Parts: sequence; C-alpha cells; structure tokens
Amino acid sequence: MRSTLAAAIAYVTIAAATVASAEPPAGAAACSGCHPSSARVQSPVVRLVGRDRAEIVKAMQDFRSGARAGTVMDRIAKGFTDAEIQAIAAWYAAQR
Amino acid sequence: MKATRRHFLELSVAAAATVALGPRRARAQASGPRVVVVGGGFAGASCARALRQADPRIAVMLVEPNATFTACPFSNAVIGGLRELSAQRFTYERVAADGITIARTTATAVDAQGKSVTLADGARLPYDRLVLAPGIDIKWGALPGYDEAAAGQMPHAWRAGEQTLLLRRQLEGMDDGGLVVISAPANPFRCPPGPYERASLIAHFLKTKKPKSKLIVLDAKDAFSKQRLFQAAWAELYPGLLEWVPLSKGGNVTSVHAATSTLVTDFGKHQAKVANVIPPQKAGRIAEAAGVADRSGWCPIDPVTFESKLQAGIHVIGDAAIAGAMPKSAFAANSQAKVCAAAVATLVAGGTPSVPKLINTCYSLVAPDYGISVAGVYQPTGGQLADVPGSGGVSPSDAPREARKAEAVLAEAWFRTITTEAFG
Repeated sequence: MRSTLAAAIAYVTIAAATVASAEPPAGAAACSGCHPSSARVQSPVVRLVGRDRAEIVKAMQDFRSGARAGTVMDRIAKGFTDAEIQAIAAWYAAQR
Repeated sequence: MKATRRHFLELSVAAAATVALGPRRARAQASGPRVVVVGGGFAGASCARALRQADPRIAVMLVEPNATFTACPFSNAVIGGLRELSAQRFTYERVAADGITIARTTATAVDAQGKSVTLADGARLPYDRLVLAPGIDIKWGALPGYDEAAAGQMPHAWRAGEQTLLLRRQLEGMDDGGLVVISAPANPFRCPPGPYERASLIAHFLKTKKPKSKLIVLDAKDAFSKQRLFQAAWAELYPGLLEWVPLSKGGNVTSVHAATSTLVTDFGKHQAKVANVIPPQKAGRIAEAAGVADRSGWCPIDPVTFESKLQAGIHVIGDAAIAGAMPKSAFAANSQAKVCAAAVATLVAGGTPSVPKLINTCYSLVAPDYGISVAGVYQPTGGQLADVPGSGGVSPSDAPREARKAEAVLAEAWFRTITTEAFG
C-alpha cells in the first residue's frame, strides 16, 4: 500500500514536471475550451492531444483559407498566423 | 504565521478527496510559492488546476464557500423546462484530488501590502500571488425598487441556483394568456447574449405549453449580441409571441414595483404575470474589498498577466475583469484562467510572462435544436485585450437549418468539455 502510494506520487510528480517543462505557446491553452483534454469527454470535437502535427497545421490552414467549412473554426483560424499555428500544432502533437 | 500554516493543513485534510494524498502533498508544497485563488467558478477552478499543472511546486489554495458549483451556461434551458438543475451542478472533489487545498469559506478582506487574505473566521492566508475570480454581484439599488426582497418576487436568475428554479416555477404556474416580461440591462454585464437566449427558450416554452401568452423584452440598449441571428430566428419560430423593445422605443426600465409585478419605463408601465429582472451588475464583493475595482465596479487588468492595474500581486480573471473586447462568458473566463495561471507560474519563478492569445466561443440556443454562435480571438493591443483583426464573428445568417442543429449539438458538447476541464 505504502509503496503503491509512493509510486503514485512519483508518477504524478514526473508527469506534472513533464508538463511544466513545456509552457503552451500563445493561443494553445484556449483550444481545450472545446477540444477535450480529457479522453472521458464525449464530444464530436476532436481531441488535439497527441494528434499528428501536420494534420493540425493543415486543418487550421484550410479553415483559415475557407477550403474547409467550419462552424466556429473558420472564424477562429483567421486569428492565427502561420508561425502560431505551427507552434500550437507542435505543442499538441507532443502532449500525451 | 504558524497558526495559519496549521489552518492550511487542516483545511487540506478536511477536503474529502485529498484525505489520502492531501497532508503529504501539503507538506511537500509548504516550501513552494503560495498562490491563493478566490472563487470556484469557471475562472477560479480552471486557474487553480492550471496552476498545479504548470508547476506542481506551487501550493494552490482555492477559497470557495459553496460545496457545489451551479453553472449558468445552459441554465436558460432549465428555466425553459428542457433540462434539470442537477445537470448544472458540479462538486470540487476532482479539483481537490489535483492537490489543490480547498477552503470552504468566504474571503472577506485582502491586505495587498502585507499579501494576505482574511477569511470569514478571521484567519489570514499569506500568499505570494493572489488570483481573484469572484464573478458578479448584483448592484442592488441601481434599479429603484429592485432589492433582495424584490428578487424573491421578480427573480433575476442571473446567478444559477434557487433563482433559476423560482423563475421556472413562476412560468409553470402562470395561466395561459399571461404576460411575461424580461428586463435586460445596459452593458457591461455577465453573458451578453444571455437575456436573448433566455427570451428564446421562454418563448419556446410558451409556444409549446401556453400559446396564448406573450413575452416582452424591455431593453436598456438599442443593440445586442448576435442580434440579427436572434431576430431572424424569432421571426421564424415565435412570430407574434416575442416582442423586443429597444431603448429608443421605451425599453429602458427605470423602476420596478415587486408587490404588483410592475416594470416602469419612460414610456409607460408593464404589469407582468411573470417578471424576470436582469439587473445592473458589478464585480463580486471581494474585488471592492481588495481595492481592485474601479468606479465602474469592474476590475482593470494588464492584458498579458491579468494582474490588477490598481494593486500589485493581485490578478483578476473572469466576469469581474475589464477584459477589453472579451465578453463576460464562461469560455472567456476559462481562457483567461489558463493564461493567468501560466503568467503567475512564470512570475513566481522569477520569469517574464510571454504575450498570450485568447479565444472566446459562445453558443446560444434559440430553440432546443437551433443553435447560433459568436467566436473571437484576442491579443493585447495598446494595454487592452483587442480583437485580432479579420478574425471572429457570428454564425452565417444564411446557414441552413442543419447547421443550426449542428450548433445546438456543439453547444452541449462544449458544456461537457469545459465543465470537465474546470470540475471533472
């Protein structure tokens, strides 16, 4: 019991430290208002955590250009530059 | 100081979900920076969790008197009989399980120079940084005749809970053919599209249950959020049932009389069977006590860190903050909370916070299967949070009915997602 607890604490500490080492780039934290961080949430909106970087970049570029129809993402993507989109995509791709 | 630390530990032991890990964590945290968050709504709960995630060395204490949080988004569906209030309620067990110490009490004062918060029992909590997320208070007395007793007759239902249920019961108890009146305030106030979503869902209730009734919205403004979308939908769904009276047509309510359920405007009187008075508001009480509210009643903040422009070391997020172009919404509160948490974590570690970008998305239901939205992207510009040029806007006016249906589904998904991030 004691060792399980210690292991659990160690795990939490390591996991948290991993997160702490990579502060989200501008705009990234806001995405989880709609894109669930938790796998427990049932939503038609895709999770971004661990998703392929190029896939996120293409989706954002297509929403921004109008090549892909969105409900709110067309309006939101227009607020981000290419560099910001790249940084957000890389950050989410690296999350677990 | 010693007593306060013991207080800190006792509170952490008391928090049910932290019984197993709480004391150990609290000791581990005791040497780290201390951040106190006041208010456990969308802003405060999200910020407390994001702080722990940003840096687990930070000892985070959340001061919140209520054991359960009752969410305002979707409470209009409760009023309209489409949803139960239990679906709006969330506990803090999982927040506590993140290693956040929860003080189930009220913060009554702040010593900004001495860096401590005074609790209702007189105990003082020292902090390195303080985050205030107090939401709104009703500005009692700002509308003549509308005080706390009047709210028992003419509910505001602008903080979800008993008021929400009171308004619903009044509507359910009204005879068919009755007049319902909503009074909407001048800007700024919590949830700009809220009065109009409420009007829509009350109109839906009346149309299906009491079709001879009428609903009048008396407005202190000539324009409102998502106006064209709401008005087009009202013309389609609720013709002859819902009438909006703008400021220029005599919509400004100048006083109310609760005993006779009367709303007085410059142009006349409306005697309602059910009256919903959405009154003028201000930042929650602790903001004024802490000296972070200005004469408007709201709190000016730095757009990068959400630190108060009036008191160093105190950050203000959510509805209480003057956040420039960002509306007072749950999404905005959650978005601000995460930016503020990152900034506070950087500041207590001696760093310089980076310039953020924030998002807002607000869905409104015009009917159970008819949703509309507004979205925005914001960045600090000239000391304020401003819209990123070319971004944001509302749902297309010519969208097919399928798109409205999809937005109603997305609205519910958003609620599940954001409440899970804040409380789940």
